[in-house]
Amino acid sequence: MVRRLFLAIAAILATAPAAAEPQVDPLKSPVWSDLAKKVFGEAPYVFDDAVKVSVPHVVENQAQAPIIADARGLADVKRLIVFSDLNPIQLAIALEPQAAAPFVGMRLKVEQSTPIRAAALTADGTWHVGGVYLEAAGGGCTSPAAARSVANWWDTLGEAQGRVWPAADGYSRVRFRIRHPMDTGLAKDNTPAYFIESIDLKSESGSVLATLKTFEPVGEDPTITLLVKLPPNETAISIDGRDNNGQIYRANIPTPRTDATSRQPS
Amino acid sequence: MNGARPPRTFDRRSLLKVSAAAAYLALLPRAEELAAAPLNYELKPTKLEDGIWMIPGAQDAITMANGGAIANISILDTDAGAIIVDTGPSRRFGEALVKLARELTGKDVARVYNTHFHPDHVFGNQAFDAKVIAAPQGVIDGLKVAGEGFADSMYLIAGDWMRGTEVVLPGVALTSDVEDFGNRRIRPMAMRGHTESDLVLFEENSGLMFAGDLVFLDRAPTTPHADIERWRISLANLGGIPHNRLVPGHGPVEEGDRGIAQTRAWIELIDAMIKDAFERGLDINEAIGLDLPEWTQKIAVARYEYERSVMHLYPVLEAERLPKLNNKS
Repeated sequence: MVRRLFLAIAAILATAPAAAEPQVDPLKSPVWSDLAKKVFGEAPYVFDDAVKVSVPHVVENQAQAPIIADARGLADVKRLIVFSDLNPIQLAIALEPQAAAPFVGMRLKVEQSTPIRAAALTADGTWHVGGVYLEAAGGGCTSPAAARSVANWWDTLGEAQGRVWPAADGYSRVRFRIRHPMDTGLAKDNTPAYFIESIDLKSESGSVLATLKTFEPVGEDPTITLLVKLPPNETAISIDGRDNNGQIYRANIPTPRTDATSRQPS
Repeated sequence: MNGARPPRTFDRRSLLKVSAAAAYLALLPRAEELAAAPLNYELKPTKLEDGIWMIPGAQDAITMANGGAIANISILDTDAGAIIVDTGPSRRFGEALVKLARELTGKDVARVYNTHFHPDHVFGNQAFDAKVIAAPQGVIDGLKVAGEGFADSMYLIAGDWMRGTEVVLPGVALTSDVEDFGNRRIRPMAMRGHTESDLVLFEENSGLMFAGDLVFLDRAPTTPHADIERWRISLANLGGIPHNRLVPGHGPVEEGDRGIAQTRAWIELIDAMIKDAFERGLDINEAIGLDLPEWTQKIAVARYEYERSVMHLYPVLEAERLPKLNNKS
């Protein structure tokens, strides 16, 4: 588990520029200095209010805490990651916004109250870190998935739902939901880790819009919102996911027509 | 992780407390300061009429400051003994309630009702004999499933107020149309909407209607287990029952239908706002940020409860209303 996590973090690291000055964590997390080394290695990072994290004031469902990470205040973001200091598995999601805004809405399992961070890697090799403190009762990472109490959960595995909304600022909003237990491997029922680990979004003509790496802390039945730049006249966005057992999940989300009736779901 | 069960002394609740304590160590008062300030609920009953009192709940969220005492709790004096409507948020509250009922009525407790399974209404059950605690079967079933989870949350939010509190299920499943206590007769009515099972009590002698959390007044309704459509129907039914005054689950006792009307207006408002936000494509945190209309400013914890309701209702909309996609293989 730990080894895989390190590999995962290593895989998303930028090539390291010169070591940075130590930064004072505005959230005063007890693990920040170790965590920063683990996540950023030797790469420089700065705390930056341009990277915004939205969480609710109160979280009742610790297995589905809604999080929005938004780095649209920065230019040229290559990668946007979400992680939480005090979760047993810290890294939750990593977005490469090839033709998308550096923005992701998702649901996170939380094991206890913790800082929730978003970090955006800009083209100069610097990570820009934003975050908030999330109050939560906890237990989200060690509770069995709801699917595990359903005898035929397999029947709905991989079922996908989704919708695209046209937006005025050039980015279309896409939300999709894929049925998957997203087992952390830490649950009391001893179910091994079983989770979707990558989701690629492409336009119908094949151009890559965004690629996501997803990890165990992403909530069951991942429900993800992205802002993508669609080429003109595209009629669908394809999503192409894979879980850690090698199962492939593919679906097409139709795009609304761009004429006056475009507010209706297609 | 191995499969061995952790020892009982390290169950999840105590681990939660330890981890929460670790995170706040710097903020904690020292041990002697904690020991010097024993927590006591000061129950201040309001006399509704001869032989009937209500302990008004704080018009607030459950906090460390109020110890979870946010729901209205009622005591009725009858020939057969004291009747208690809901038991409050903790063992300590329940024990204070037993003492108060004895002082006010001079009698033993003949009957305790649980109007629904939420912790601010039933976690004082421990202070009573389970054999006198009555509720519809749905309330008992709900508490059986959710009680431990509620207890975890209550320990985290209300802390030491909860000390020693355990879930106690009602021992009597209510089925009768009327319960006779001599000078008072109670008509229990099983409804739904705020939760899967809501109990309304009408007392014939006084004409008082105890509506439980089907009615909130000047405090925003809560929706963690709500079925909005069922709630609408229950409010319509409540409005059709003649009564002198209505005792809401939260808020002041009044004549007339202001509580019913305000509760209806609130659930219609949030239902419409949340569905509209979903259709516009907003994600949960964006929907949480929307402005509420001005009339809600007079309602306690309106924004807090609106945020909670978004989180309760949005996942249901997503599961039901996001168009299904044709999977490719």
